[in-house]
Amino acid sequence: MWWTRLKALIVKELLAVLRDPKGRTVLIGPPIIQLLVFSYAATLEVTNVDLMVLNRDDGHWSREVVQQIGGSPTFRSIELASSPHEVRLAIDTQRVLAVLEIGPTFSRDIEAGRPAQVQIILDGRRSNASQIVSGYLGRIVGAVAAETPAGKRAASETIRVEARNWFNPNLTYQWFMVPNLVASIALLIGLIVTALSVARERELGTFDQLIVSPLRTHEILLGKLIPPMMIGLFHITIYILAAVFIFGVPLRGSLFLLYGSAIFYLAAVVGLGLFISALSMTQQQAILGAFLFMVPAMLLSGFATPIENMPSWLQPVTLINPLRYFLVIVKGVFLKDIPLAEVVHQTLPLCLIAIVTLSSAAWLFRRRLE
Amino acid sequence: MSAPATEPGTAPFVRLTAVTKRFGSAPPALDAVAGEIFGGRVTGLVGPDGAGKTTLMRLMTGLMLPDTGTIEVLGYDTGRDPASIQAAIGYMPQRFGLYEDLSVQENLDLYADLRGLPKTERSRTFGELLEFTDLARFTTRLAGKLSGGMKQKLGLACALLRKPRLLLLDEPGVGVDPISRRDLWKMVGNLRAEGIGVVWSTAYLEEAEACDHVFLLDKGRLMFSGPPAEMTGRVEHRVFRLSGIRGRRREALARLLEEEGVVDGVIQGEAIRLVMKPGLSPPLGDTADAADAAVTPPRFEDAFVDMLGGGPGGRSRLAETQREFAEGAGRPVIEARGLTKRFGDFTAADNITFDIPRGEIFGLLGPNGAGKSTTFKMLCGLLKPTAGEGRVAGFDLRRNAPEARNRLGYMAQKFSLYGDLSVIQNFNFFAGVYGLSGARKRERIGLMSEIFDFRTILDMSAKDLPLGLKQRLALACAVLHEPEVLFLDEPTSGVDPITRREFWTHINGLVEKGVTVLVTTHFMDEAEYCDRISLIYRGRSIALGSPDDMKARVASKDLPDPTMEDAFIALIQGSELKEAA
Repeated sequence: MWWTRLKALIVKELLAVLRDPKGRTVLIGPPIIQLLVFSYAATLEVTNVDLMVLNRDDGHWSREVVQQIGGSPTFRSIELASSPHEVRLAIDTQRVLAVLEIGPTFSRDIEAGRPAQVQIILDGRRSNASQIVSGYLGRIVGAVAAETPAGKRAASETIRVEARNWFNPNLTYQWFMVPNLVASIALLIGLIVTALSVARERELGTFDQLIVSPLRTHEILLGKLIPPMMIGLFHITIYILAAVFIFGVPLRGSLFLLYGSAIFYLAAVVGLGLFISALSMTQQQAILGAFLFMVPAMLLSGFATPIENMPSWLQPVTLINPLRYFLVIVKGVFLKDIPLAEVVHQTLPLCLIAIVTLSSAAWLFRRRLE
Repeated sequence: MSAPATEPGTAPFVRLTAVTKRFGSAPPALDAVAGEIFGGRVTGLVGPDGAGKTTLMRLMTGLMLPDTGTIEVLGYDTGRDPASIQAAIGYMPQRFGLYEDLSVQENLDLYADLRGLPKTERSRTFGELLEFTDLARFTTRLAGKLSGGMKQKLGLACALLRKPRLLLLDEPGVGVDPISRRDLWKMVGNLRAEGIGVVWSTAYLEEAEACDHVFLLDKGRLMFSGPPAEMTGRVEHRVFRLSGIRGRRREALARLLEEEGVVDGVIQGEAIRLVMKPGLSPPLGDTADAADAAVTPPRFEDAFVDMLGGGPGGRSRLAETQREFAEGAGRPVIEARGLTKRFGDFTAADNITFDIPRGEIFGLLGPNGAGKSTTFKMLCGLLKPTAGEGRVAGFDLRRNAPEARNRLGYMAQKFSLYGDLSVIQNFNFFAGVYGLSGARKRERIGLMSEIFDFRTILDMSAKDLPLGLKQRLALACAVLHEPEVLFLDEPTSGVDPITRREFWTHINGLVEKGVTVLVTTHFMDEAEYCDRISLIYRGRSIALGSPDDMKARVASKDLPDPTMEDAFIALIQGSELKEAA
């Protein structure tokens, strides 16, 4: 009997989303856009840099530096300046990101074995890119320095750094980003589908219909919980397939663990969605509420910036964010064959969040009926 | 209302020439409508929801343009010079067009700014309008906190800020209690006397009788244009009131409707109202159901049903297939004991008590916001009473198991179906939720689609159905599991009279099988179908009894045969006097 009721509710929920043109758009549009934007456009790498060089030295070593820079794929164009005035203008108008200035005595100093200097002028308005470019330039100049007679003599005394990137040897940007997206798409879809479903019924007046029906409160909640979870699992699957077959991200861990923890993650997310929709009276409020949660949740998850970099008072806030835990699991399963114990360690908080959000949603629903 | 004040030879205010308007691929919202509207008259745009009233009104304001045909308002063409039209008319859209978060005065100020009313004229105009609408006491109250009637009056005041030559009112009677409705008509009467042209749109057919001229619309077509008396004239001497019914009046009506020569029939308290084909008198032979048949003045609705080819007959296949509920021993099916609901310091329902025995139709009658919905919701378990208790079939629905709720059917206001689901998917959902499965489910759904004629449109989305079919589908879903109690919240609001009769034929049939019905309504004539009604006003039940009781209670020398609306108004005024004393 209860299964007949629940099944009817689940089928209805799925049909309501799939038969509504707006619902279908929500299911298809954002996932594609997110995949394309994050994996191709929103890259954190700095490439295509325009550089200006003010070279007042006409010796061998300054030419060597400029040539090395010219050979680097990071830089798109190198413009030669003839006066400091040009430098100022180029930075001011953002025509170039950085300027390398080489003094008139540069080559002579090197040949004479004296300390030689170059100056890098960076555009601080674009602080992140500037920092990265500064690093690139420093490395190139360092390489040239090692070739100088003084450099060669000192080579035996310096420490050579040899970098090896484990798990992602070429630091391929997509390897890092696409697994993140598996977690964030489930958050997006789970929240929106759930938040809309109750609010829509409330707007249309069908929610009263459900309450006077023989469905019990927990059956209504289950009926509202399961369909968005199914949709969420579907999107997770699509993204995993895309990660492996389109972006070539290695899948080193157990899919079983990934899906197992995904169920708890989705329950937590859908619980939040139900909570939001129990609070809102209209679909508009529900959507606003979902985004009000989603934006900080993305920023406070370790998605783009490590949680360890956040101020210590902010870090505890991330503990209630389900995305934080699931990100660890997804990245772990994809890139490093995360062990079971670690998955359990991350899933327990998800479990807890799900219990809290679902029971407060249930409580709120009951209270709303008073 | 008195005779139309049109002087022959005056130019019409509005001239409609073969106006057609379509939205998408649906059948036209207006189909070749032509006619003229004059000043100094109240012109009614009458018809059920979806007839095209609002579309026609918006076309007249120049907010939309017709696909074909032309509209000339006050001498300007709506396509060429909408700005001149808009400067000279007043338009009150449905749902007030007020800013609910502003006070009455702020709304007036805002509209005065929008309409460019000179500062020097304001205090005089505001004073006049506030007196005219009797809102002077409420200038600081937020518009959202006004009652439905007061909102409409404020909307009217805003539309009258710069005295228009033509005033367009879109369903001003919706959500307004009968007393405020009479006030509104009085105001409109004064405007008419000043020579203003008033267009009043309504889905209440009885309001048509108060107009000077009527455009009757149905599904986008102009069915009739002329004074209402001309319309009612077509059924003059053909409307009969049958009283002294022997046996059960619902059974009698069902039989009579199947008789040859009967065009239409409805229950009116203890009596039956019949419309006969021309030249025939009611069938009062040996098998006579009624002792007495008297000719009675026709109403607009009688004429409309006659024009549409008569009512749907008296047989209800739904009721015939329904299992019978035996007369219960003693205990009433629905009990309300001192039901009280407070929201903060506002008492929405105050100590409401009644019993409904098996096989009775009980009506909660009252204006919007009076507390009838609150009472209704407490009984079906949607709201928790602050005090008192409600029981259905012996169960408190808030506490008891789903098995108790399995016995009731619920049909909400606006027919809350799942619009994106098809007809069959809606059936499947409601069947599943009420625990029907397997062969029984197939059998019931099959039966419902047959009785309500859904077999050819099972795959259509519910939201694309016309209003009448939506209403049928909502009823079919509510009775799919053969409930013994039916809760109906404004079940026929806005539907055409034929669909309404069909609906009541089914309900009457079900009641004869022992189904108990609780219905809320603000249609006075619908109240006549009830065995007993409770009149709810300002949260209290101010009268309880059969419709005939209520009418008898207010009958007087001046008003020997009061209508339900007369009774309603008199009872409310009586209760207000008592309160003041």
